[in-house]
Amino acid sequence: MLKTFKKGGVHPAENKISADKPIEKLSLPEQVAIPIAQHIGAPSKPVVSKKDKIKAGDVIAESAGFVSSNIHSSVSGTVLKIDHIIETSGFKQPSVVVKVEGDEWRDDIDTSNDLKQDISLSGKEIVDKVLKAGIVGMGGATFPSHVKLSIPEGKTIDTLIINGVECEPYLTSDHRVMLERGEEMVVGIQLLMKALGVKRAMIGIENNKPDAINHVNELVKDKDGIDVYPLKVKYPQGGEKQLIKALINREVPSGGLPLDVGTVVHNVGTALAVYEAVQKNKPLIERVVTVTGKTVEKPSNFLVRIGTPVEKLLEAAGGIPDDAGKVVSGGPMMGKALKSFDVPVVKGTSGILVMPNKEAKRYNERNCIRCAKCVSACPMGLEPYLLKKLAEQERYEELEENDVMDCMECGSCSYTCPAYVPLLDYIRFGKSKVSQIIRNRK
Amino acid sequence: MTETVLYTIISLSILGAIMAVILYLVAQKFKVYEDPRIDEVEEALPAANCGGCGYPGCRGFAEALVKADDISDFYCPVGGNETMAKVAEILGKSVEEKEAQVAVVRCSGSFDKRPRNNFYDGPASCAIESALYGGETGCHYGCLGQGDCVEACDFEAIFMDENTGLPYVIDDNCTACGACVEVCPNDIIELRKKNKKDRKIYVSCVNQDKGGPAKKACKVACIGCGKCVKVCPFDAITMENNLAYIDPLKCKLCRKCVEECPTNAIVEVNFPPRKKKAEKKQQNEKETQAKTGNNEKQNNN
Repeated sequence: MLKTFKKGGVHPAENKISADKPIEKLSLPEQVAIPIAQHIGAPSKPVVSKKDKIKAGDVIAESAGFVSSNIHSSVSGTVLKIDHIIETSGFKQPSVVVKVEGDEWRDDIDTSNDLKQDISLSGKEIVDKVLKAGIVGMGGATFPSHVKLSIPEGKTIDTLIINGVECEPYLTSDHRVMLERGEEMVVGIQLLMKALGVKRAMIGIENNKPDAINHVNELVKDKDGIDVYPLKVKYPQGGEKQLIKALINREVPSGGLPLDVGTVVHNVGTALAVYEAVQKNKPLIERVVTVTGKTVEKPSNFLVRIGTPVEKLLEAAGGIPDDAGKVVSGGPMMGKALKSFDVPVVKGTSGILVMPNKEAKRYNERNCIRCAKCVSACPMGLEPYLLKKLAEQERYEELEENDVMDCMECGSCSYTCPAYVPLLDYIRFGKSKVSQIIRNRK
Repeated sequence: MTETVLYTIISLSILGAIMAVILYLVAQKFKVYEDPRIDEVEEALPAANCGGCGYPGCRGFAEALVKADDISDFYCPVGGNETMAKVAEILGKSVEEKEAQVAVVRCSGSFDKRPRNNFYDGPASCAIESALYGGETGCHYGCLGQGDCVEACDFEAIFMDENTGLPYVIDDNCTACGACVEVCPNDIIELRKKNKKDRKIYVSCVNQDKGGPAKKACKVACIGCGKCVKVCPFDAITMENNLAYIDPLKCKLCRKCVEECPTNAIVEVNFPPRKKKAEKKQQNEKETQAKTGNNEKQNNN
């Protein structure tokens, strides 16, 4: 029997169209816009000014606090301006706009392709390098990785979980990373293990990627403590709490962190970034992005510099198809429809999905028939219909009592609702209000 | 037979009388004194229960009024000065006359002036659209057009115009209770002084972007050029965050700024048509002469 989590979950059509497309390096754009807030936590402070000449890998914005991250230039060139640029969320954010001139890298970055397997650094030094390289969770939540590697006193960690689940339909960037950069990723996992001081690492991969499971299994055969666990296909297994439940059967308490149950979860993309940062001195300035869609001419996986406009990616994948209804950043379940194609790729962009008009359309909302399908679909054991109602009626205190903050916005409720009630929209709105109230209370 | 009926009537009457005495005594014992003026004041209030005064309904407002020593800070926007005078009479206190106000929608980004560059298909609520999506146009400051204000209005004073996608206020119905102001997530609606003949001059824009992006997103956006600030003879216009604001208390409705505004972001409502061009030209010439004269004087100084 394959492992999986028990509570809730749905199984949307997988549509992994780009799974067999190797990672391609995307040519440099003429201009990049690098937002200074690409992570959860405090926005970084820009340290460059207009007309500065910078190389790829130079710090352009410094971390502003513990839960924050450095931002590096992904290209070499001249800083044009620091301005408000529209980004994935649809809102304008301060960004550093750089005109690309050549492709010159910072001198201490090792750009060779040799695999460096020997780990000479101590745990503390590894965390330090991760911090300097501005690595954040590459699965999409963009939580600064060094925070997850700094274990507070009094907590013990016994297991490192590596998230290779990629439960979102359509997306294949993690899949391709495991297949093509597996060797480097495994070294990255060893680095993470050393930094955390754990002896056991579990790689969770969903059963719809047999080639990745076999390949990674082959790579970790002679590595002590690292094992691959095939998982039953179920959304949202890539959620950290669901993955912990599936692999080691522990439940993260409400409002708690994986730390509380003795584990830490990192994405396969993060493991690769850690390898590059520690062994090659390369900061997080590029990532693998899936560009896909049923009507896209050339669904592909691109290695893209951070800050590249989405338009470039779409062009490289054969342009925007005529019947495109929505262009979504991320997957179809959790992704966000884009307002403009000028938005830059950021550290958390895992894919760009073009949905044809027919599928992009939302159905008209009908009355809730109290079938409670959303309740059985919710992987966090919440009652989405109730949360929606409370949010709609602005009953924020009750909303908080009903643990709205535990919602991870996976969208299973909206997906499963037979009356097409936009449950998640209301819950997200309620969450933003409740978090505001909580912040004001402090 | 008659005896039974008689005894029943007698016993029930006695029982009733005893109960009445008990009830009377209990009522005396647990009596809560309530100022009779509260009822009187409540009677005088408009009974709209809109909350525009800041109290929970008219009863709450009446209680606060009776309790307070000085009621000059209290104001019922629905009843206006008339109601407040009545209340003052009942309570034997004095009130100051307050300027009547009216809600003004500070956005002119209609469909043709502010093109939609994407399509929002989420729940029809401005609050949700602004919190999660940032609007359908290039300007995320402006009206989202889902009509939360229409829903909030208790007086049928604000409606959506289907041709422009913007709300409009019916001045005669508006009581300035502020419900729409409160509910608008983008703070577009403002309560401004009500002038004679419902005349209005205001900056119909809340876009805080710099000139270029603002103009790109909307043809009638305030671009923060500052021309109106210079031309205003009463120092009523201030510029903050690339956005001009006309102080309704200082503005004397001279309409100079309206002419000056290059994007027509400043609008005038309910004014008679302007003087003919020839007259205006003469006037302009006079003005320029006067100005140059002033400059010369200054130079001499």
